[in-house]
Amino acid sequence: MREIGDVILDLRSVSLAFGGVKALTDISFDVREHEIRAIIGPNGAGKSSMLNVINGVYRPQEGEVILRGEHFRRMDPYRVARAGIARTFQSLALFKGMSVIDNIMTGRNLKMKANLFQQAVWWGPAQREELAHRAKVEEIIDFLEIQHIRKTPVGRLPYGLQKRVDLGRALAMEPQILLLDEPMAGMNVEEKQDMSRFILDVNDQFGTTIVLIEHDMGVVMDLSDRVVVLDYGRKIGDGSPDEVRTNPEVIKAYLGASH
Amino acid sequence: MFYRENGQFKTSYQSDQQIFPIAQDRWAVLAIMAFAFVGVPFLVDEYLFRAILIPFLILALAALGVNLLVGYCGQITLGAGAFMAVGAYAGYNFLIRIDGMPMLAAILLGGFVSALVGIVFGIPSLRVRGLYLAMATLAAQFFWDWAFLRISWFTNDAPSGSVSVSNLELLGFPIESPLQKYLFCLSLLVLFALLAKNMTRSAMGRQWMAIRDMDVAAEVIGIRPMFAKLSAFAVSSFYLGVAGALWGFVHLGSWEPAAFSIDRSFQLLFMVIIGGMGSIMGSFFGAAFIVVLPIFLNQFLPWLGNLVGIHISTAGVSHAEFMIFGALIVFFLIVEPHGIARLWSTGKEKLRLWPFPH
Repeated sequence: MREIGDVILDLRSVSLAFGGVKALTDISFDVREHEIRAIIGPNGAGKSSMLNVINGVYRPQEGEVILRGEHFRRMDPYRVARAGIARTFQSLALFKGMSVIDNIMTGRNLKMKANLFQQAVWWGPAQREELAHRAKVEEIIDFLEIQHIRKTPVGRLPYGLQKRVDLGRALAMEPQILLLDEPMAGMNVEEKQDMSRFILDVNDQFGTTIVLIEHDMGVVMDLSDRVVVLDYGRKIGDGSPDEVRTNPEVIKAYLGASH
Repeated sequence: MFYRENGQFKTSYQSDQQIFPIAQDRWAVLAIMAFAFVGVPFLVDEYLFRAILIPFLILALAALGVNLLVGYCGQITLGAGAFMAVGAYAGYNFLIRIDGMPMLAAILLGGFVSALVGIVFGIPSLRVRGLYLAMATLAAQFFWDWAFLRISWFTNDAPSGSVSVSNLELLGFPIESPLQKYLFCLSLLVLFALLAKNMTRSAMGRQWMAIRDMDVAAEVIGIRPMFAKLSAFAVSSFYLGVAGALWGFVHLGSWEPAAFSIDRSFQLLFMVIIGGMGSIMGSFFGAAFIVVLPIFLNQFLPWLGNLVGIHISTAGVSHAEFMIFGALIVFFLIVEPHGIARLWSTGKEKLRLWPFPH
């Protein structure tokens, strides 16, 4: 059973601007080990930019990211991946030309050690490694219940299943922190239920810390332990789902001010 | 009806990860290999070896190299001919400057030099992509065209960069007759095709394809774009360098820089596009299409002309050859933009169900 631990990821006064457009202004929040932390906000609030800062895809002008006590002025994607942070994408970012197995196998890339010559020869270390990781990938495929499509090129799959493969690819990294960028966008109710179940299972069984961006308020309030609310790149609320729900600034941002 | 995998159950991941998981495919490939190594030498005359088979094998190897870079890693290149030239001239220099250098070693060393040059000219790919990268690799083509013409050290002071090699031998066996050359090229091609397949089905190949399909997602997974792209340039240039050395040493015997001009780069790119990007098999289809079709048209058009009672002049044939060839390329790209390899796999899928429609 999961028990929420210490702060594992801490963002301090992060500011990000693209030219004159301020995407994030002085944002600070922390993520504790094993918790499900949601980031919500209206469109264009800077939620995805926030994840891109954590990932090192965007470089913030101000502020720092503290990952397990280590201070980073800016992150770089390779080091972030090595540090055990995986993510899924809002707009599907699967490798379209590859099968489901290959997509998920790519997630195990950092754990594969055979060099190019061993791979070219195949027999020996490369094959042993390939088989061992295939077994791991099959466990993930079982977990996500996508056995029947394992050989299908992902481009041919329906949207809901592609989202699931995206999650599988991230899980293949055996991450400690999993960043989910709108995992339920565009799904019907059943698909949302499935996805919620997977997220809870990942959190529960593997103890993975989850940072979640989601628009569906019902899902967010049910799943998450703590919620950050962004609006126009500023933090306007932070706390448990109940606290956030009753926060007048949050209500104003979502429903508009009453005049 | 005959092409079914019914009853062929996979009980281990190893058997599921074979290159040809369907038994019928394995038998077909074995049969084709046996025919190529044993049957063809008895059936084919010298002209066919020289004019079709040897060029086909060498250009298929080069197309394989281009496909690793363009088809698998998604980095477009117009400098393929230059890397062939580097392989050929580097191999030549190893052969004449070092006493007792075996031919095979010279060819492979030519490939390694080409790989290093490929890494250098691949550096722009870290910043630019698509058409802009095509421009950057075009620079490689012009640079090496110029270098082999003007820097006389590369060509051992030969006028206009024309060099030749003779007395080829492999481990004491001469490689002189067209049949020997054919078997030598065929063995190398089979070996390199197997190595390429292995690379593309393991971690390296997945890194290349990940960079090709979605580079941001690849980076977030922990793939370093620099390593993936430059390794693709290196491996691709190695293949091109070996193919270039073979083209010079084995096919031409004596050559000048024009043998590796920009026309060659375009020809190789066409092979990959028509054959099928991201498919080992496609490289062979593309090479066969581009090498064999012009020769076939050349022979077939006069025959067709005689049949309907029109005499077509030699010049007319060569003009018609270009026109029909171009039209066929356009036709293919419209009918099947993913190349002959896709047609082939669709055909196989249909055959598995035949005679039922679904």
